[in-house]
Amino acid sequence: MFSTNPFVELSTMISPMVMQGYIVLMAALVFLGTVLDMLHKGSATYFFENSRKARLNAKRELGGGEKIGLAVAVVANEVLTSAEFKSTRRRLSHLMTMWGFVLFAVSTAVLIFAHPTNPEAGIWPVLWHLGALSLAIGGYWFWFFIRVDVSAEGVKWYNFNGRGDIFIVGLITTATFALLWSGTLGGGALNTLFLVLFILCATVLFGSVYWSKFAHMFFKPAAAYQKRCTKADGSRENLPEDYELTDPVLQKRYPDIPTYMGTNPPNMGKGFSAERPNHY
Amino acid sequence: MPTFVYMTRCDGCGHCVDICPSDIMHIDTVTRRAYNIEPNMCWECYSCVKACPHQAIDVRGYADFAPLGHSVRVLRDPEKGVIAWRIKFRNGKKDMDLLAPITTKPWGTCIPQLSSVPAPSAEMRKSQLLFNEPKYIRMDDGGLHTLESNGLKMKAGVYY
Repeated sequence: MFSTNPFVELSTMISPMVMQGYIVLMAALVFLGTVLDMLHKGSATYFFENSRKARLNAKRELGGGEKIGLAVAVVANEVLTSAEFKSTRRRLSHLMTMWGFVLFAVSTAVLIFAHPTNPEAGIWPVLWHLGALSLAIGGYWFWFFIRVDVSAEGVKWYNFNGRGDIFIVGLITTATFALLWSGTLGGGALNTLFLVLFILCATVLFGSVYWSKFAHMFFKPAAAYQKRCTKADGSRENLPEDYELTDPVLQKRYPDIPTYMGTNPPNMGKGFSAERPNHY
Repeated sequence: MPTFVYMTRCDGCGHCVDICPSDIMHIDTVTRRAYNIEPNMCWECYSCVKACPHQAIDVRGYADFAPLGHSVRVLRDPEKGVIAWRIKFRNGKKDMDLLAPITTKPWGTCIPQLSSVPAPSAEMRKSQLLFNEPKYIRMDDGGLHTLESNGLKMKAGVYY
């Protein structure tokens, strides 16, 4: 099943041109939704204003090369490996969902544009199935256990908790019905039902960008970049320094540290961050 | 003045929701980020500010220790065992850095074990005393308590 290109059978019912048109339409909806979301929230204005404030408070100016280095670090850490998350399971779930979605979306586009009638589409059908599977596993893990409404607010997993859920519900239902559709190819009415649900869920996912939190994938890297810049230029958003307690200069400046904690303060343990925030 | 959240910094981890003693930090159902649902009930205890792993929560400080418009931000690092504060005046000229050892009891050591305590009697329920009312504030039992009358001594410095 995993090596079968599901769009070959679909191309007997629907012209590849229509499928390609649908992909272009979904991409256009994402673009439009993101632009509208940005205009509505004033995200760009907010980031430029923040950037201006940081420049005023900066202790030194960042060079072009340094800024490129910070951008590369953001891509390598926050974007590609979701390093922003402090909780390992949130990070794992996010990685599975994000990379699953990327694989699924890219392989769908490749299969529909390059191999709509070719059953031997190389590695792409396998990537399509693996992407959907990873998206579904990461998404359901998030939905049942990790979703902050469930883990910290005590909301039951079956409660749809507002517009914030459109995105994750869209993702997991799209992946689920895609896999069910592919698994029941040649299955008659049931297969058609799964196909209709797959198309419906994908349309909701990509068509609801303006209302859902889909656009976070665009502004989160911008926020991470700005955070790194403020650390590098010394403005730090007015936050205190991240002190090194064994530094003799610091110990001289703050004599309480060596007096009560010794010259080599031990690791005091994670404190409250060692516990999951689920004491509702 | 109450807490507020920088939405682009928040990742919706729920630590502030968990720790808020007033139960007013909650998750927005549209953006899935934390926000203060009832600012006028916030007593600025800074629990959520210190608990936030991304320093996404801030408080506008009162004018009792610096002119209005200043910034007061905190970094609590339990692994290093220290808490750092930075107070910056609105003109940017006064910029104070403070650093001190954390002196609260280690996390999880002061949770009352209520399940092992016998249920209160009817007389206790009618009493004006709180559960575990410290004996040192009981005026009806030994009058005004002092360190000396209770055999206690003042300790200098930080102790756990």
